[in-house]
Amino acid sequence: MNQLILDGAIGFALLCFVLGLGCAVLRLLRGPAAEDRILALDTIYINGMLILLVLGLRFEAGLYFDVALLIALFGFAGSTALAKFLLRGEVIEP
Amino acid sequence: MSQLPLWAALIVALLLAVAGIATLIGSLGLLRLHSFYERMHAPTMGTTLGAFCVVLACTLVAALVQHRPIVHEWLICLLLVLTAPVTAIVLMQSAIRRS
Repeated sequence: MNQLILDGAIGFALLCFVLGLGCAVLRLLRGPAAEDRILALDTIYINGMLILLVLGLRFEAGLYFDVALLIALFGFAGSTALAKFLLRGEVIEP
Repeated sequence: MSQLPLWAALIVALLLAVAGIATLIGSLGLLRLHSFYERMHAPTMGTTLGAFCVVLACTLVAALVQHRPIVHEWLICLLLVLTAPVTAIVLMQSAIRRS
């Protein structure tokens, strides 16, 4: 009973995250401005991180948490570098 | 994970469902809204509500299964809370400058 409830909720959450990932990918392909694409990239990494966290909850493995932390770190670095490039024309200013 | 009591399984299931629905609404808003300044708001639902609910469910399961509080999932939440506004501010400045 408990396992059934948990499996249903985990499957529902994974389905929602994957659908959100699909929406963000559509916006990434369609986006009229470059900022839209960066925002879609931001959403993609957040959704992927949530998928990994839920998978770590399902399989009770600690490795998923480390991967999710790394995705959060590098996703922030990547989207901020891209936005800074759009803003100033270069990423690291002398 | 099968040794969770029923109330904890219900709470974890509710938290996961809320996280999934909030993230899906945020991503749909990113797809459906019309101008960039409106689209800026939508994915923050996934960043805040989705991540916080999932991390709370992880903490609850870890605390009940292993009988000790495990809080290192909150590192991710701290990181998201610290870093999401930076990206938002830089993106906003870029959109205002370039439009």
